[in-house]
Amino acid sequence: MEWYLPVIWAGLIGTAVALYVILDGFDLGVAILFPFTENEGERHQMTRSIAPFWDGNETWLVLGGAGLFVAFPKAYSIIMPAFYLPVIVMLLALVFRGVAFEFRIVAHTSVRWWNVAFFGGSLTAALAQGVILGGMIQGIKVENGAFAGGAFDWATPFSLLCGLGLASGYALLGATWLILKTEGQVAIRARRQALIALMLVLGFMGAVSLYTPFLLDRIATRWFTTPNIYFLWPVPLVTGFVALMLWRWLDQGRELLPFLATIALFLLGYLGLVISSYPYLVPPTLTVWDVAAHPSSQIFMLLGTLVLLPIVLGYLVLVFWVFRGKVREGEAYH
Amino acid sequence: MELDAVVLARIQFAFTITFHIIFPSFTIGLSAYIATLGVMWLRTGEEKFRRIAQFWTKIFAVSFAMGVVSGIVLSYQFGTNWSRFSVVVGNVMGPLLGYEVLMAFFLEATFLGIMLFGADRVPPWLHVLSSAVVAVGTTLSAFWILAANSWMQTPAGHEIRDGIAYPVDWLQIIFNPSFPYRFAHMLNACYITTAFCVIAVGARYLITNRHHEEARTMMRMGIGLLVILTPLQLFIGDAHGLNTLKHQPLKVAAMEAHWDGSKPAPLVLFAWPDEINERNRYEISIPRLASLILTHDINGLFPGLKSVAPQDRPPVKNVFFAFRIMVGLGLFMIAAAFFGLLLWWKRDLFDTRWYLWIVSKSWWMGFVAIIAGWVVTESGRQPWIATGILRTRDAISPVPASTVLTTLILFVVVYSIVFSAGIYFINRLIEKGPTGRAIEPPDGVPNRPITGATEAARDATR
Repeated sequence: MEWYLPVIWAGLIGTAVALYVILDGFDLGVAILFPFTENEGERHQMTRSIAPFWDGNETWLVLGGAGLFVAFPKAYSIIMPAFYLPVIVMLLALVFRGVAFEFRIVAHTSVRWWNVAFFGGSLTAALAQGVILGGMIQGIKVENGAFAGGAFDWATPFSLLCGLGLASGYALLGATWLILKTEGQVAIRARRQALIALMLVLGFMGAVSLYTPFLLDRIATRWFTTPNIYFLWPVPLVTGFVALMLWRWLDQGRELLPFLATIALFLLGYLGLVISSYPYLVPPTLTVWDVAAHPSSQIFMLLGTLVLLPIVLGYLVLVFWVFRGKVREGEAYH
Repeated sequence: MELDAVVLARIQFAFTITFHIIFPSFTIGLSAYIATLGVMWLRTGEEKFRRIAQFWTKIFAVSFAMGVVSGIVLSYQFGTNWSRFSVVVGNVMGPLLGYEVLMAFFLEATFLGIMLFGADRVPPWLHVLSSAVVAVGTTLSAFWILAANSWMQTPAGHEIRDGIAYPVDWLQIIFNPSFPYRFAHMLNACYITTAFCVIAVGARYLITNRHHEEARTMMRMGIGLLVILTPLQLFIGDAHGLNTLKHQPLKVAAMEAHWDGSKPAPLVLFAWPDEINERNRYEISIPRLASLILTHDINGLFPGLKSVAPQDRPPVKNVFFAFRIMVGLGLFMIAAAFFGLLLWWKRDLFDTRWYLWIVSKSWWMGFVAIIAGWVVTESGRQPWIATGILRTRDAISPVPASTVLTTLILFVVVYSIVFSAGIYFINRLIEKGPTGRAIEPPDGVPNRPITGATEAARDATR
């Protein structure tokens, strides 16, 4: 009957996750670049560029988690125990990242420690998110509608590869964000960092793309059989083109375009994952229809979402508009 | 008690949620206070209101960050440790939490950016409006969380098919029988807690002879509010108690350590509930008073703990003692508020050092009362996680006990570090006091040469 509801919800959660990855991605990326400067003033400039946004950005992660709980409680009840340790590690890492923001400002003697917490927390969260993603692609062992695997099923070379890939992707986002939002030494260094991060990202993207079809027959079938192959070959091609343009724009000293190109790279990688896994929410056994909540719950929440999501996006735009332009020198914190 | 996955998961949830609740309790009230100060500054143009608002905003920022990160942990724990809970009641609980995120969480998080960093970027009215929006957001957040929790306590508007709860009437689910009482009780508790922190800081400055103007304003506003809210809390609490008696009589029986429902209940002032022999030791009580309070009849009867089998009873000691701690602190706070009013009326409020000393040391009371209240309501619900629908021990994830124990230890370690640092930083912000750029024009020259200079000198020597 309501076959379309789970599809709509999968799309909404997918959008929330994509927004999270892009928005908190540049926050985490800026923190990952933290150790590459020794100058506390420059670090201040870097945190200042993300300070007004990070809290709202992180909220998309909560929406992704809550959305899964709302629309697909059965998937939630399988995925969370399956990734128990990486999820908890990610949350604790985000604890350090989140408080470090505020503690750095008020700390005097312990600033160094909170810098370490800020960098370490962000890098760990990025790695954990990539590991969870990799684990999802590999698939989850399910029996009788519940998780039936071990506590370390996710720990494979492949998921580690995904973790490193995501962390370098975030570094690229962070670097292109800094090019856009800062000036002086920080922006100059970010340009060099973006080139290095781009090479890493392309390396990891290629490795993951080649590894996946060998590892998993179902994904190989999805990509390399007719007629799919005719529709899908543009995806890697466009990815390569965007990477090339990003390289050129960085070279030309553009400020906004590298950031947008990085977002496009992320979206293309994400599209590849969706193509590989759809319609499975818990690969390789449970589809979005198998794990959907009762239609009444999905409709009740959908009505609210249709009203509230545009409003949320509206004040998201407002806050980015208020803090538009580059971080002003010597701008006061609170 | 064996340390199985259920017990460990319960300890983990209790630990993380106790840590978390401290911060919303404070930030819900504080955001409202900061918004009020902002409005007063806009209306009167008096600089002191802006200085006080800026001072508390710094403390708000540190507390809010700790509240956010510990709240995210909780939202994921439903899945990691309590996955059966997600399956059985997810259809009902999911949307309530979803609405919290969409309606409240984004609102708070987005406008927080403007509230904390936008003073130089937006006009004053929009800056004040942002703090008001944050306050609305925190309140809405409490609305949805309390709706979800109340539904677990007194479920309504659903039906059970094959052991799974399905929604039938969303209005009944949200406005379930205990929700209005619980929401009012918690919201009021938050305001009281914050007001006590505000007057504690004011009293601290008055004792140490600093920031007089700000301290007096804090004391007046705080005591003025507490005189209204603390007695109001007594009435809300009483109404909530009557509601609990109607819907969760065993919780009330545990609160009163009332074993035998065939006799009128005494008001137990102190006792050591003996759960094995089903009676109270060392009881000091006033005969029939609990019957009178709860049933408004001196001979009134209400169910005792013995009316159900031992495995269906809540843990009596937790509920009994936590309830007494909550009420005891509540009574103290009422007394402190009214004594302050008396001193204010006699014009001695700012000079009665022993009173100021007591107030400055009692900032923690609201927090402990709130935690005790939550222990009463959550322990009192056991053995059910959702009353009559799902037992706590059946709600657990298929996760080995060793994994839960490992992460529990991680939580304790991380939270201890973060919490100690947070308390330390908040204390230092309070120590520093409401100074800063509000009194300095952009070129850095004090606009009030004498006071500006002395304050700067004091800051430098501190």
